[in-house]
Amino acid sequence: MPLFNEEHLQRLSKTLNRWKETTLRKTLEKRPERLQKFMTTSSRPVNRLYTPLDIADFDYEQQLGMPGEFPYTRGVHSTMYRGRLWTMRMFAGFGTAEETNQRFKYLLEQGQTGLSVAFDMPTLYGYDTDAPEAIGEFGKCGVAISSLADMEVLFDGIPMGEVSTSMTINSPAAIIWAMYIVAAEKQGYDRRILRGTIQNDILKEFIAQKEFIFPPDPSMRLVTDTIEFGTREMPYWNTISISGYHIREAGATAAQELAFTLADGFAYVEAALERGLDIDAFAPRLSFFFNVHNDFFEEIAKFRAARRIWARAMKEKYGAKNPRSWMLRTHAQTSGASLTAQQPENNIVRVAIQALAAVLGGTQSLHTNSMDEALALPSEKAVTIALRTQQIIAHESGVAHTVDPLAGSYYIEKLTDEMEEDANRYFRQIEALGGVVRGIESGYFQRELAESAYRYQMEIDHGERIIVGVNKYVADEPIEIPILEMDPEGYERQVARLNRVRAERDNAAVEKALQALEDAARGNDNLMYPIIEAVKVYATLGEMMGVFRKVFGEYHEPVFF
Amino acid sequence: MERKVRVLVAKPGLDGHDRGAKVIARALRDAGYEVIYTGIRQTPQMIAEAALQEDVDVVGLSILSGAHMALVPRVIEELKKLGMEDVVILVGGIIPDEDVPALLEMGVAGVFGPGTLTSEIVATIENALGRELA
Repeated sequence: MPLFNEEHLQRLSKTLNRWKETTLRKTLEKRPERLQKFMTTSSRPVNRLYTPLDIADFDYEQQLGMPGEFPYTRGVHSTMYRGRLWTMRMFAGFGTAEETNQRFKYLLEQGQTGLSVAFDMPTLYGYDTDAPEAIGEFGKCGVAISSLADMEVLFDGIPMGEVSTSMTINSPAAIIWAMYIVAAEKQGYDRRILRGTIQNDILKEFIAQKEFIFPPDPSMRLVTDTIEFGTREMPYWNTISISGYHIREAGATAAQELAFTLADGFAYVEAALERGLDIDAFAPRLSFFFNVHNDFFEEIAKFRAARRIWARAMKEKYGAKNPRSWMLRTHAQTSGASLTAQQPENNIVRVAIQALAAVLGGTQSLHTNSMDEALALPSEKAVTIALRTQQIIAHESGVAHTVDPLAGSYYIEKLTDEMEEDANRYFRQIEALGGVVRGIESGYFQRELAESAYRYQMEIDHGERIIVGVNKYVADEPIEIPILEMDPEGYERQVARLNRVRAERDNAAVEKALQALEDAARGNDNLMYPIIEAVKVYATLGEMMGVFRKVFGEYHEPVFF
Repeated sequence: MERKVRVLVAKPGLDGHDRGAKVIARALRDAGYEVIYTGIRQTPQMIAEAALQEDVDVVGLSILSGAHMALVPRVIEELKKLGMEDVVILVGGIIPDEDVPALLEMGVAGVFGPGTLTSEIVATIENALGRELA
């Protein structure tokens, strides 16, 4: 049932035209507008004014519904932040497990409500700290985890059954997850009560983050194994965090981020269904991860459109019956690529605005970047300010007092509709290509991203897009903020521990476990089980991934720019 | 007709963040250079070999992982082994200010961090090659 009265709309149309001819014209004659074109961060044109005429057919019940009910446009919970605030979950990790353990404890003390683990490059690529391929890379982007021993140190003194932990790990996700599970069991917890998320979204690796190792098919097999395992054994664990963050960082527009993320989601649903899993058993534990970028309104609309599209697809296309299968639950992170090295304190402001958009967009969980994002990993001071940003929004701004307050804004609703239309256009393109995996292999996504990234940079280079401190209000001053320093002997300590593990474990048992892993990899068994067994006897990450590299091979992406 | 300047854009080590490298590769191509992009996960040896094979004048290294102090000298060493010590070397990515002097000392002609306009890179290349031609 349309919200607006036809007669009123017609009258309004006349009023709008009159306004254009008179009041607006007079203003434009006196003062032309500041820019040739006004556009969002995604180069989407923005109109001067939005009125009911822009959403003439708006149907509240169809398009919005009630919060906590299909299609969840207004939010996945009926009370949203009045019931519970979003989880304040700061992505953290650097150097050795000891250093990161300290940072985790610090953040929990400062009031964060969930843990989020960043792993270093070697770990992300399934290499042990001392692997030759890993030279120079130890601990720089995250914590080094080469075996169960490192995971035990990482969570030393942190009750794993009482926190929820998100782990940003993809190709080696099954192994790192197994290490987490075994470490928690050693702390005395039953795996069935563990809460957390593994990112485990391999499709976006091929598209954007590039931490793929094996070709798409065996990679999807691993993801499906983990979804199956989680569905069976770990009811409180999000088996995947279907991500748009990285796709956006790689250069995508908001619409591309939305479309490609959801397309990846559909691909995982289809893979799980093909495995024979019951949609209402696994879908409630699929979760998402979106970027939150500079354009305030576009980002809010993106979140709302995402919920509506997913709910409709899950119900109408995939036939899910459980309302929890229709709900798009998401984590969000403010955009790293939008932050500048120049005048880093300005980033505090950018992050505050972006975080506000995430909250108004209805996120379940949020990481806010630190001001030193473009320079180094977060210093303690910078990460504290980033956390306080969330706390101030939660407790001082009032936006968390009411559900989806921007609903009904002509601009927001128009934008939400437009984002949905854009996404549907991309879905049709992807389908025509034969699906996400075919799209990856043909280079479709990478070309789209490269194109958007180039356009964005050209807008900056030509002054069409202002970045404060970079191409306007530039100050020629040295950057003077404290930068994180890591333990200079971290590498040696980590390698020493690794060597101790290798020497003290039952190496015969390790060999047996690795052989069992290889046999399972060559067959069809769910790999989580042999992985857990290998983890228990302290097989290293590199050894287990080495088995997979041998069996599955390594993927080389098509190169172009 | 004057030979076009040939540039190799490469990503050494494990870092997969290739947005910047690709944007710059394209901008340099639009500026009139012949550009070859190696893709990600290149070893220093692979980069030197590609530089030789493609007979480039400039090698641009993109590193956002923090591993630059280990990787850049190794690339330079491999280039020297293949007799390419005259090639202009540029480094881009996340490079703390305090590491820049050491890189310049190694022979890097320019270090470009976040916020660099593509025109600055072209200017540096023109300058570096101009100096050599004079």
